[in-house]
Amino acid sequence: MAPNQGARQTSDAGVLLSAEDLSRVISRIAHEIVEKTSGFDSVVLMGIHKRGYPLAKRIADRINQIDNQKVSVGALDITLHRDDLRMRPPRPLEQTDLPVAGIDGSLVVLVDDVLYSGRTIRAGLDALSELGRPAAVQLAVLIDRGHRELPIRADYVGKNVPTSTGQSVKVRLIETDGVDEVVLSVAGKA
Amino acid sequence: MKHLLSTHDLSKENALNILDTARMLSDVSDRTIRKLPTLRGRTVVNLFYEDSTRTRISFEAAAKRLSADVINFSAKGSSVSKGESLKDTALTLKAMGADAIVMRHHASGAAHILANSGWIDATVVNAGDGLHEHPTQALLDAYTIRHHLRANEGDLSGVRVAIVGDILHSRVARSNIWLLNTLGAHVTVVAPPTLLPVAVNSLPVEVSYDLDSVLGKVDAVMMLRIQHERMHDAYFPSIREYASRYGLDKGRVQLLPQGSIVMHPGPMNRGIEISAEVADGENSVIVEQVSNGVNVRMAVLYLLLGGAIEGEEKQ
Amino acid sequence: MSSIVLRGVRPLNADPVDLVIESGVIKDLVKVGAGQGEVIDCTDLIALPGLVDLHTHLREPGREDAETVASGSAAAALGGFTCVFAMPNTSPVADTAGVVEQILRLGVQAGLVDVQPIGAVTVDQKGETLAELGAMADSAAAVRIFSDDGHCVSDPLLMRRALEYVKAFDGIIAQHAQDPKLTVGSQMHEGDVSARLGLRGWPAVAEESIIARDCLLAEHVDSRYHALHITTAGSVEIIRSAKAKGLKVTAEVTPHHLLLTDELATTYDPVFKVNPPLRTQADVDALRLGLADGTIDLVGTDHAPHTAEHKQCEWDSAAFGMLGLETALSVVVLTMVNTGLMTWAQLADRMSFAPARIGNAKNHGRPIAAGEPANLTIVDPKVIWQITPDQIASKSKNTPFLEIDLPCKVIHTLLRGEFTVKNSKVNK
Repeated sequence: MAPNQGARQTSDAGVLLSAEDLSRVISRIAHEIVEKTSGFDSVVLMGIHKRGYPLAKRIADRINQIDNQKVSVGALDITLHRDDLRMRPPRPLEQTDLPVAGIDGSLVVLVDDVLYSGRTIRAGLDALSELGRPAAVQLAVLIDRGHRELPIRADYVGKNVPTSTGQSVKVRLIETDGVDEVVLSVAGKA
Repeated sequence: MKHLLSTHDLSKENALNILDTARMLSDVSDRTIRKLPTLRGRTVVNLFYEDSTRTRISFEAAAKRLSADVINFSAKGSSVSKGESLKDTALTLKAMGADAIVMRHHASGAAHILANSGWIDATVVNAGDGLHEHPTQALLDAYTIRHHLRANEGDLSGVRVAIVGDILHSRVARSNIWLLNTLGAHVTVVAPPTLLPVAVNSLPVEVSYDLDSVLGKVDAVMMLRIQHERMHDAYFPSIREYASRYGLDKGRVQLLPQGSIVMHPGPMNRGIEISAEVADGENSVIVEQVSNGVNVRMAVLYLLLGGAIEGEEKQ
Repeated sequence: MSSIVLRGVRPLNADPVDLVIESGVIKDLVKVGAGQGEVIDCTDLIALPGLVDLHTHLREPGREDAETVASGSAAAALGGFTCVFAMPNTSPVADTAGVVEQILRLGVQAGLVDVQPIGAVTVDQKGETLAELGAMADSAAAVRIFSDDGHCVSDPLLMRRALEYVKAFDGIIAQHAQDPKLTVGSQMHEGDVSARLGLRGWPAVAEESIIARDCLLAEHVDSRYHALHITTAGSVEIIRSAKAKGLKVTAEVTPHHLLLTDELATTYDPVFKVNPPLRTQADVDALRLGLADGTIDLVGTDHAPHTAEHKQCEWDSAAFGMLGLETALSVVVLTMVNTGLMTWAQLADRMSFAPARIGNAKNHGRPIAAGEPANLTIVDPKVIWQITPDQIASKSKNTPFLEIDLPCKVIHTLLRGEFTVKNSKVNK
């Protein structure tokens, strides 16, 4: 495709979630998690780099406010487990951090910003299995945009957004991007 | 980065990237399951023209932890000993579909030739070429220094390192001099004048002939293996005299400032360049260098093979 | 009798003339347009005396896969040479009358240049016992230059005897100055670059100490001495002071040492591996000045063909040597004439008169004048060209001058009035 035809230009066509919405959605997910995990002694939110990790921290903060129940947070880098490594130059690695107690026997909630093909979550499950043996694994995402390529579904969804494959969903967080918002871009490739 | 041939042409950015990646990967080595699927389907050939069990198994462990297929091709017991040329060996490995060739060779520049000849399109990792360079050794040394003295962060600005021994014939020394300099460390080479290059002043190092005067002023001291045959070429009069002037023993190690580390690339001549007490002593990080070696080599393999190799992109 | 007229040619870059050749001899130099005979237009071309190379390796007998007397002769003619001296490090070594006569005969058969054999100083070039120098001198090849080139006559006593012995027939010893003990395993010039590359160093002093010793020996026994391929500023100084003392000492430099430096070893491409090694820019500068002021008498190519398998390999395992015949003139023009260091007349001296005089090559290195043998090289100084492997006439392709813009192209070469090269093609 010839450059400068607008194909790669993104336009922030629609704001899906404002900062306010985002905070509300996080709060709702936190409530749902509290509800659905009441039977577990230990809950670990494992945020997938890069934006899943700050999301996990925010959700955990919220849970600990609601319930005074201590959930712990970890960070998961799934790069080394990706199935599309050969399509791009080598990616930098991020730190994988586990709670001191590890994840054995815990309920692990994987947290990511956007659920799309499901391949990231597949890699996340593989990465997790090398770190220990959780009692169960659940999945929380801010946006589910459809187009799954693997049999994976989320247990907690902030917002379902029907999209076309030509669109892209951009999650921006204060921690990583300086602003809280989720936008739908047209014909963009993030 | 397509190849790793020398530290002389390794940028600071790439060097730090390797060290940072190695730090991330060091967690893997601490886990029960020390295996990642990252290089599944990649073939790494260890092409060794010189015996070096240590380096070969380190690369082998690194490649296997990343799930690469590893083929060991040693000069002994292969057609190399019947005099096959490097070119023909390279063409054979190409035909076998090698993605990376990790080569140890007795000729300086052999890895450079292999990478630039056009004989192969595989990635080349120099695992030691003649008297030239041994870049992964320098990287693991830098990793070890950074781990101990800089908490695994940033560069090595302000770190003072002494490299002691046969600088003239040492590829480890050469690679360390360039890399440490790139990372901002201050390097002093210590050796009898016969074991320094005539043009040592063209290297970014301070030069000393007197070990005792240097030890009080360094944060890390790196002892090099001395080879007995050098004595016969009149580089020094006797092993005994060398050991007494340039060996690191219990008495000398007291001269080091608090917190300094003692390193050796191995294999050691205990009792010659380093005494047993020092090698096993509290300042010694020699065993740690070995485990860091695996992490650094994993990082190198990941960064060279873990993404699209040139020509593979945009599938 | 048919005549050839080289119309409008400029002898040694002087004013144009018609140069008339008849029966292999320069008949006359006349006004442009006045020459009678078969006219060859040579407008804007320069006439030089046929070039003489005192230092060529033709590899035959023994390594005919790398070069033969015939292929080397073609390369020489294309490079503008009418006479080459063949070094004796063949297999067998040219250390007897039989071998030197064989090489002479092969040269006559090839018929493109006069091939003058050089005899070995010692049996099999082993540096142990003198070869039969007198027998080679008395042979049909009439050898006058003796050399163990490739090896140094390092034994001082043997060197002294050789220098003395050849006085009986006005011979000269051409030394490959390389102290063997100081160069065990050496791969390149010892300096900054070798320190970086981890290639074993070849100190300048390994050459200079031998030349200094030889000059003292030559003085002591009052003999002629020729230092082959000197490469260092120090060697130039030693030769300069020896000449100042009036010693019968001469010296040679190769084209590649006038242009290339040890930095090229950073490619690890063995095409740049040569003995003696490429040195530093300071050495190159000193060699150029030495050649310009006559301290260095002549340019010798040290044309050293090697097959691909001896060059497409690791530096340590590769053979020493590079091609030179086809590019020598261009490199000397590039480094000496175009830089203003030498005139065309001086170039003619360094590449024809001096080598012919020192090697006692009768009928070569003669002035361009009526009555002289018509050994001529006609060149176009305006052409810029690059050498490519497929145009190299040598059987080997190990030229270090690929991708360099070379000035000056040989258009015609005439040996005794016959075109050996016509329009830059071998004429046979």
